[in-house]
Amino acid sequence: MNDNDTSKLEAVFERYSTSGGNIISALQDMQEEFGYIPEDAVYMFADKSGIPASKFFGVATFYAQFYLHPRGRNIVTACCGTACHVKGSDRIISRLTDELGLAHGEHTTKDGMFTLEKVACVGACSIAPVVIVNKKVYGKMTPDKTVKELNTYREEKSE
Amino acid sequence: MSKEILVNVCMGTGGIAAGGVEVMEAFKAGFADAGMDASVEKHCAVHQVGCRGFCARDVLVDVAIDGNRATYQYIKPDMVPRIIEEHVKGGAPIAEWMVGDDYHSFHDRQVKVVLSDCGRINPEDIDEYISVDGYKAAARVLNEMSPADTVEAVKKSGLRGRGGAGFPTGVKWGFCAANKSDRKYIICNADEGDPGAFMDRSVIEGNPHAVIEGMTIGAYAIGADTGYVYIRAEYPLAVERLKKALADARAHGFLGQDIHGSGFNFDIKIKLGAGAFVCGEETALIASIEGERGMPRAKPPFPANKGLWGKPTVINNVETLANLPYIFRRGPEWFASLGSEKSKGTKVFALTGKIKNTGLIEVPMGIPLKEIIYDIGGGIEGDRLFKAVQTGGPSGGCITAEHIDLPVDYENLVKIGSMMGSGGMVVLDETDCMVNIAKFFLEFTQAESCGKCVPCRIGTKRLLEILTRITEGNGRPGDIELLLSLANDVKDASLCGLGMSAPNPVLSTIRYFRHEYEAHIHDKRCPAAVCRALITFMILDDKCKGCGVCLRACPAGAITGEKKKPHSIDRAKCVKCGACFDVCKFKAVLKE
Repeated sequence: MNDNDTSKLEAVFERYSTSGGNIISALQDMQEEFGYIPEDAVYMFADKSGIPASKFFGVATFYAQFYLHPRGRNIVTACCGTACHVKGSDRIISRLTDELGLAHGEHTTKDGMFTLEKVACVGACSIAPVVIVNKKVYGKMTPDKTVKELNTYREEKSE
Repeated sequence: MSKEILVNVCMGTGGIAAGGVEVMEAFKAGFADAGMDASVEKHCAVHQVGCRGFCARDVLVDVAIDGNRATYQYIKPDMVPRIIEEHVKGGAPIAEWMVGDDYHSFHDRQVKVVLSDCGRINPEDIDEYISVDGYKAAARVLNEMSPADTVEAVKKSGLRGRGGAGFPTGVKWGFCAANKSDRKYIICNADEGDPGAFMDRSVIEGNPHAVIEGMTIGAYAIGADTGYVYIRAEYPLAVERLKKALADARAHGFLGQDIHGSGFNFDIKIKLGAGAFVCGEETALIASIEGERGMPRAKPPFPANKGLWGKPTVINNVETLANLPYIFRRGPEWFASLGSEKSKGTKVFALTGKIKNTGLIEVPMGIPLKEIIYDIGGGIEGDRLFKAVQTGGPSGGCITAEHIDLPVDYENLVKIGSMMGSGGMVVLDETDCMVNIAKFFLEFTQAESCGKCVPCRIGTKRLLEILTRITEGNGRPGDIELLLSLANDVKDASLCGLGMSAPNPVLSTIRYFRHEYEAHIHDKRCPAAVCRALITFMILDDKCKGCGVCLRACPAGAITGEKKKPHSIDRAKCVKCGACFDVCKFKAVLKE
């Protein structure tokens, strides 16, 4: 962890102490600063606060929102809600996994370009199946359309 | 004389996904380019409105000229210039782009209470909410009614919790109000986690002030000075609109000190959920607000006695709270006159799946299911055969064709082995496999089980394993009985509602579709041709035209054939993805 990271963490700790010591808020703040929850940061936080690191890891691994590894530059979220499921989200996901060359259990591409995630429901069921890239919502998707959209994000990189 | 021109663009999540922002920009740019001078522009406003329910037709646009309104559907930015040219300037609406009779039948059968202002007012403008009598109910309650009268009025209205179990709201408030404490809390549960339900998101996106007003009334009734909205971080637009609404309400003196000049103090904070389905459970939600792992605890003590930070707390769902301003505006008797004997008022359902008109609907409690499916929903997509409606999400069950005349309310749904849940209604047709659906929900509940109690943690895992082997063609004789006995144990012995209801999809599908389970186990066959391990794809020689579309679509290189001659599939290479089945225009690919 470099000096810059340390000072970021100091600031997070400062906000944590002054706002009443809510662990979820601290982790959300940490993730906002670093993009994920770095292991070193948790240990440092544990030392400073006197709360065991296991407590922080316990909370971080409980909620789907927290990531213990760095994520890709583009986040591709495939909705797997009921409506999306009956309209074929499975096939979109397996096509995306192939397309991105992700091995079983892998979520982020080697070049750090994309992270593929599943979400239980984004509540856009009437335009199922839904894929979200970064914050843009794409409705009524097919495996082909999804790959086409994905390629536009690839092109942006090479430009 | 200049005409008054009003353009409304649907800007819910569905509308935005379909290109609502671009359509709105196109209108703005179009009016500017058309050289509409300043005096016209003053009367010409492009408004953004919240969800109007019929998301399948997005982008929906209303064009009103001097109050004459026409509604367009499926609007894209490149269609806007023609609308401006012919309709706005020329006065001739473009009939072929307008909504048809089915749009009206979708809306005509509905009774809107909670959604009555969604899609009509700009959710980001507090003045528009005030102009439809917003905050009047709260002002009257706070100034003219006692907290005890307020609780009584809600009891009289018959309002029941819209989040799932349907507990009477007034009774819950009464328990909390009876407690003496230096602090009390009211929490709005907006952690809408049921896959297939999105009414809470739409209410907050479409009319956030109704939720704030409802919470204020609730806080006054129980004596709380602080409220929390616990909302999913996956709903960015709803969070943004709620934040703005809270700030505007504070600026108007509708939140904060001495609200509506009544001497009552109350304010609301937003708490972002960190993504855990179990946090929909009251005690887990409280743990999560406190910054802990969202694990439920045993009840009693109930939150009404010992809740957030150990203080008496009421937790109500978004839709429940959004009903309150309307109940107090029009009277509890009016509300109680809607609905069935024990379920009063209306219910918002998210109608999705294999149905023609998907979207958000609000109907009186007790409406027959048939009316929802065929009159409002327009029937099954592609005119295929109706199979079942799945209600209540992962905690619910199926309603089959034999119960299609059933009046939909809390009691009736439980009677047939399902539940209201938060109001997701996923329509399934003959191409859906019920074993697969049960497995889908178990995958969800198994992953979301918090792990605290053994029956839920291990029971759901074993249920899922059995379902998985059945769908993979490895089902064993006796598996159905094993599922039934295990499911009942998990139901009886789990600590919280998640575990107690997780087996419902299994029990309900076995109850009504036992033959599908049997076909998987004994005949190694999936009747709906969904389970990959149990189906094969083949090309019918007499129907194949040799166009080569399937050959190009196949990701595994399993299809071979010369142009204009029947193709064939190499079963050893086939990955059963179904791409060929989807692309074939001649129905030459057989799946069985």
